[in-house]
Amino acid sequence: MAHAYTPGLKAIPCTVLRKKRMLPIPGKVLAESGKQIDALDVVAQTELPGKVYPVNVANRLGISPDEIRGYMVKRELDKVKKLETIAENKPFISWFKTKIESPVAGTVESVSELTGQVLLREPPKILPLKAYIKGRIAEVHPNFGVTIETEGTFIQGIFGIGGETNGEIAAAVESPDEELVAEDIKELHKGKIVIGGKHASLNTIKRAIEIGVHAIVVGGIHDRDLRQILGYDIGVAVTGTEQIGLTLVVTEGFGMIPMAEYTFRLLKSREGEKASVSGATQIRAGVMRPEIIVPGYPKNVTQCKKDEGRGWIEPGDPVRIIREPHFGVIGTVASLPPELTKIPSESRVRVLEVTLPGGEKLVIPRANIEVLEK
Amino acid sequence: MKEKDLQVIIATDCGSTTTKAILIEKKGDTYRQTFRGEAPTTVEAPFEDVTKGVLNAITEVEELSGRKILDGEKIITPNSGNTGADIYVSTSSAGGGLQMMVAGAVKTMTGESAQRCALGAGAIVMDVLASNDGRADHEKIERIRQLRPDMILLSGGTDGGTVTHVVELGQFIKAADPKPRLGASYKLPVIYAGNKDAREKITEILGEGTALMKTDNLRPILERENLMPARHKIHDIFLEHVMQQAPGYPRLMNMVHAPIMPTPMAVGLMVEKFAKAKNYNVLAVDIGGATTDVFSVFSGVFNRTVSANLGMSYSISNVMAEAGLPNIMRWLSFDMDEQDLRNRLKNKMIRPTTVPQTVEDLQIEHAVAREALRLAFDQHKMLAVGLKGVQQERSISDAFEQTATGQSLIRMMDLNYIIGSGGILAHSPRRIQSAILMTDAYQPEGITMLAVDSIFMMPHLGVLAQISEKASLDVFYHDCLVKLGACIAPRGLAKEGQNIMEWEITEESGSASGGKQSGVLKFGELIHIPFKAKGKISAKPVKGFDMGHGNGIKIEGEIEGGVAGIILDGRGRPFEPPKMHSKRIADLNKWSKSVEMYPV
Repeated sequence: MAHAYTPGLKAIPCTVLRKKRMLPIPGKVLAESGKQIDALDVVAQTELPGKVYPVNVANRLGISPDEIRGYMVKRELDKVKKLETIAENKPFISWFKTKIESPVAGTVESVSELTGQVLLREPPKILPLKAYIKGRIAEVHPNFGVTIETEGTFIQGIFGIGGETNGEIAAAVESPDEELVAEDIKELHKGKIVIGGKHASLNTIKRAIEIGVHAIVVGGIHDRDLRQILGYDIGVAVTGTEQIGLTLVVTEGFGMIPMAEYTFRLLKSREGEKASVSGATQIRAGVMRPEIIVPGYPKNVTQCKKDEGRGWIEPGDPVRIIREPHFGVIGTVASLPPELTKIPSESRVRVLEVTLPGGEKLVIPRANIEVLEK
Repeated sequence: MKEKDLQVIIATDCGSTTTKAILIEKKGDTYRQTFRGEAPTTVEAPFEDVTKGVLNAITEVEELSGRKILDGEKIITPNSGNTGADIYVSTSSAGGGLQMMVAGAVKTMTGESAQRCALGAGAIVMDVLASNDGRADHEKIERIRQLRPDMILLSGGTDGGTVTHVVELGQFIKAADPKPRLGASYKLPVIYAGNKDAREKITEILGEGTALMKTDNLRPILERENLMPARHKIHDIFLEHVMQQAPGYPRLMNMVHAPIMPTPMAVGLMVEKFAKAKNYNVLAVDIGGATTDVFSVFSGVFNRTVSANLGMSYSISNVMAEAGLPNIMRWLSFDMDEQDLRNRLKNKMIRPTTVPQTVEDLQIEHAVAREALRLAFDQHKMLAVGLKGVQQERSISDAFEQTATGQSLIRMMDLNYIIGSGGILAHSPRRIQSAILMTDAYQPEGITMLAVDSIFMMPHLGVLAQISEKASLDVFYHDCLVKLGACIAPRGLAKEGQNIMEWEITEESGSASGGKQSGVLKFGELIHIPFKAKGKISAKPVKGFDMGHGNGIKIEGEIEGGVAGIILDGRGRPFEPPKMHSKRIADLNKWSKSVEMYPV
């Protein structure tokens, strides 16, 4: 077998990207096919039904459920204000009067003569859906959303937190193996996408939140710091909804790991340009990785190709080792022996030989490398 | 086709990442698994058609076996010479499996019965809603809105019992207006299996907005569960609604010769068949990357639980979060920096397909596996209980030994067999590693046989059992089950070094060595005896220790070895590694060395 299937993270100077932007429930599409749109434009919107609040009127008035209608002040579909009376009893002495007030503003949805419950629904909320990337509307999906097409730089991280954001790219370090320290974050980074090197500590991230940085892109973070930022341990890597004040994209992994030089140089080449960044990560079948998208052609690039992802690996390919004892080391594939090989843990697995920049050769399980897709 | 005419069977299991195909052929009077193939599952984009992965996996079987099974995208039936197969069966857990929400009036009664019902049908239970679950009513409605299950099972009230609570739950479901996970424009299937007196009201409330189906009450009286009608309904809906929405499944359903089963349901069926055939109490576990399934049959009662976020790759970090780092570190026989361990586990979470290259890394995964197995088993024990809320008649003698209802059915001393499956147990470099992981996590008592499922074949065999029980059991005994050997563990605690049991093991006559081995087990000792045959054991525990017949009472019986040999576990029950750091490291190294668990 001359090659092996090993998907990697993408770092492509210029590619054609298509993004599907869909509402969770049907709504109205506002954008038209073929139109140019900006990242912050709203392309579709819908109304999310309001929350429901049950009130057990029968219990609170001390009546049986089948008597409830005689005590209701409001009927089904009536509008109610917060703390407005929805039901009351009629005692002989007004001192004993009990009024049931609505806990929310909304509508009376139902009155049950069997359970004595009254269901109140809050007004619907408008949910706008932004374009997220600058580009052209390639397709309209009636009632649900659009597909946007753009050409530009596309870089995937390995893990992220926080949702979609936008801003200008600003490199805060000079090289990919430099640590991004708190002092590197300056006032001028407010609203920007800050590029770091091998690591960002808890203090650095806190400082960036204080300044109002929109996103940090960095090689590694410590899990302990992540726990401190979030206040809990991430159990399963399904992220994107965290609200910590910025979006964080980790390109290499947990620990102090220099950002791949190619990724760093690519990001640096787009410094000063507007980028769209998402920290959303889902690691399970149908994997989703965090991403940085910079629309437009980079300097010295005249043609953008559709990303077709080769899906296999061959001798000469650049790879990153993604497990101990050589975690983070980058080299090139020297050979792909087909037979099963016994590794130090005594498992018999398929391996490959990797040549390091110094000429040293390592034997690594094929499952423990990642191809650097350019 | 009649069962006796079956000669060649092809079976697949469509997992979330891999589709596995096996070929079963009748050799003489016995069915044997002969070839296997696998291919990535193709439920997700860009393929979005599960049959592509199925055809790829079967093609690999064709290449290896030399048998032509496919004619384009069709299975050639029946078999003739070196072409075709007589039947094709399949299970599926792709696309997240079957995801359900269940509801019952009282959490520990009908709520728990509904949960057992859904789990037994192979579902992942996303939430259990009950009138007394401690949440405010608006929180319950909000929760139903957030989840997008494949279906809801609504129970509540014994027949003739509460109507109000069930109707209230129905109203909450209606108000939440939940949408199904697949196929946004379809109505969500709701199965009503509660108080028959509330059926009319439930139809009024949910008849229009949901795809409502009614079946017999799953708890008609407090003293009895009747889970099968609702379980069958779940399976029908799984096939008619859920599968129809999943990419490529309508085509797969046309290919198979028996209904597709959710993978865990098929595994459960196989465990039940085995337990019944041998009259054993059985515990089986499937520890995967994302979830851990636990199955048990005790005194004929089957139970299944799934711990949706305990696994060895996607969920490895959640094992750390739930068990706590100290509980993982207590299994490590070397010093390790806490930050390093945290980062390593998170790196496995974000790159879940990597494998341990060093012995140290392997030991870390084994430490996590013990905790994942333990936690999933704890969750299983909480659900595998007798019915709660049952009235008990007590005699005067009972007054001195009163037990509450809802006692756990899992009694380790009565357990005959533990079957492990999933990568970490089935593919460990040394078989003894699997045996020790299960021993440490489950702490079996008395004599317990340990085994692993060689290549995770139980799903295929479970679904095949619908058509031919003989074929599925033949393959199960000959090719699926890899016997590791028995674990012998007296229950009790003593001082380290104290003699706790005299033992003697004799190989059955006619075996190669035919020998007799004997000795004295000391407290704190782990003895490993290479032993592959069948034989007899006699064990006399000292006072304070029990091997199943009572305190200090001698036992005699049959014993079986296996590829890992017999383990005599003198570490006591309940067992916990020593708290003191240096003692713990020394003991773990001593035990590891005595069973030759890792290369030196």
